[in-house]
Amino acid sequence: MSMAELLSDYTARNVALGSGLLGVISGVLGCFAVLRRQGLLGDVLAHAALPGICLAYLLTNSKSSLVLLLGAAIAGWLAALALLQIVQQARLGEDSALGIVLSTFFAVGITLLTFLTKRGDAQGAGLDRFLFGQAAALIEEDVFVIAVLAAIAIGATALFYKEFKLLTFDALFARSIGLPTQALSVLLTSLVVVAIVIGLQTVGVVLMAAMLIGPAVAARQWTNRLGIMIVLAALFGAAAGLAGALLSLSAENIPTGPVTILSLTLIVVLSLLFAPARGLVWRRLNRSGG
Amino acid sequence: MSAFAVIVLTGVLLSASCALIGCFLVLRRMAMMADAISHAILPGLVAGYFLAQGPSALAGFAGAALAAVVTVTLVEALRNSGQVGDQSAIGIVFPAMFALGVFITSRYYEDVHLDTDAVLYGNIEFAPFDMLIVNGINLGPQSLWMLGALTLLNLGFVTLFYKELKLATFDPELAAVMGFSPALIHYALMLMLSVTTVGAFTAVGAILVVAFLIVPAATAYLLTDDLKRMIGLAVLAGVLSVVIGFLFALALDASVAGAMATAAGVLFTLAVLLSPSKGLLSRRRQLQQQRQQVILENLVVHLLNHEHIAAESHEAEVTHLRSELRWSPALAQRTIRQAERAGLVEQHGDRLTLTEAGRALARQAQTRAER
Repeated sequence: MSMAELLSDYTARNVALGSGLLGVISGVLGCFAVLRRQGLLGDVLAHAALPGICLAYLLTNSKSSLVLLLGAAIAGWLAALALLQIVQQARLGEDSALGIVLSTFFAVGITLLTFLTKRGDAQGAGLDRFLFGQAAALIEEDVFVIAVLAAIAIGATALFYKEFKLLTFDALFARSIGLPTQALSVLLTSLVVVAIVIGLQTVGVVLMAAMLIGPAVAARQWTNRLGIMIVLAALFGAAAGLAGALLSLSAENIPTGPVTILSLTLIVVLSLLFAPARGLVWRRLNRSGG
Repeated sequence: MSAFAVIVLTGVLLSASCALIGCFLVLRRMAMMADAISHAILPGLVAGYFLAQGPSALAGFAGAALAAVVTVTLVEALRNSGQVGDQSAIGIVFPAMFALGVFITSRYYEDVHLDTDAVLYGNIEFAPFDMLIVNGINLGPQSLWMLGALTLLNLGFVTLFYKELKLATFDPELAAVMGFSPALIHYALMLMLSVTTVGAFTAVGAILVVAFLIVPAATAYLLTDDLKRMIGLAVLAGVLSVVIGFLFALALDASVAGAMATAAGVLFTLAVLLSPSKGLLSRRRQLQQQRQQVILENLVVHLLNHEHIAAESHEAEVTHLRSELRWSPALAQRTIRQAERAGLVEQHGDRLTLTEAGRALARQAQTRAER
């Protein structure tokens, strides 16, 4: 398929728009997650969404993306709550809490998924497409839902930009001047859940972590200013999403999710090595030269 | 051996070998490293398949172990570069490796045995049918041999290096001073983690390995402060989840590995709630008992302070106490009943008098407050 054909093709347009939008929103929200050193939160919440999807289907018998993704969002949210409880109450390290919530929620999801499959249901409903994502299956309605969710998440980030910034860099100061840090933290986590819900359809549960972390880490290399970092991360995310979509459509047997992540990894590696000032190559050169 | 027995025994050996290593992961806060390694071995398995021109346990094992070492090295290098946070380092490396594995599989090996569902949650269900055959002699299920060897290996590692592991975990500086290199122990543990993950992978897949490594160990952590007991309890919790999960999967006709990992999560939740020392309920009860003790002490101290003053008769009236100590009628009644039962006060009509025991407690509380 040529580029012009690709852009006029119905499936191609949906895939490209869906993946691109996911790149933008996960780039934006990933910046806060990475800077707050909560990079793997997205990984955990994405895995935790699986039982929500299965339960939503089990209860409503509906295949509609909206219903399934609502289930995913609720499960993701519960997982965030469980994470907080385990860290605060059980006094296990954050690291163990992440591993526990991730694997337990996912185990419940797999149990439900295989239960539905043996009943002959899950395959028909295509629930397993959420494991690795299936951008090619996106229909116009899905893209519309993604666009609305992305608009809400980016709008909320713009609205609370100053507060989020303060929370990220100096949470103690933010609290001392009377900002509701707990509520802001919950809002930020909820927005990450929105990004994950979008990502489940295109890159899937397992690879979602990279979509949140990659663009932010790459963007961080090029600038010290949060505003610029966010814009760059959105661009990197969108570029990876589009590259993944177009590459997967250009030949047989290329899955969108993995190719998106591999494109993104390339951007990350190039940024880590060659970004001015922070790039490892420049630093090595400076050291040997000076 | 019946098929069911083979599956359960495979699960038992798997959970035991994972729990042995898992305790140190939980204590050393390396749980997510297990997650990273279990995902990242996928391209290694694929490479093994490619090099051996077909499914081969040995080539797969070697490829996966190599991929695990690459993962650990990359994550450590990213962390040490100082430019990427701990969690971000993990979150960049393992999705890239996993994506590479999925990409190669779906591009070049579309019709291959290595299907992605098995990668995610394994196929312990097939354990009874996969026999180890040497020179044409059937030696029984391959999974039992492999996981049995893994359990022995991990048991040997933990027993042999128990002192070193313990010291490096709880006091790395002292360990360094005494001549054990904490870095060496770190890498040895990483190696054991990689081997365990690869061994467990075929049975339970990439993501559920983490459940077997971390969750029973975390459950045990909540139940004891003693390392040896923690390791024993972790193995026990793992074995229990395997048995409970198997019965559950049988009833539901769902993924056996999924149900076993779910059972591990249920046991952990029970420990969070019910652990005698660190559980939510016992800590809440302790708090309540402390609060009640303070209230009782308030009562006796108040009575003692007013014991020999003219206004005593008035101060010791139950109705006055209520307004003086700002107690609700219900609280006042409950406290007085409790104090009476504990032999601290006696009630005569509407008046309270301290007993000897009550007076002693009040003095004790006062001296504590003065100090």
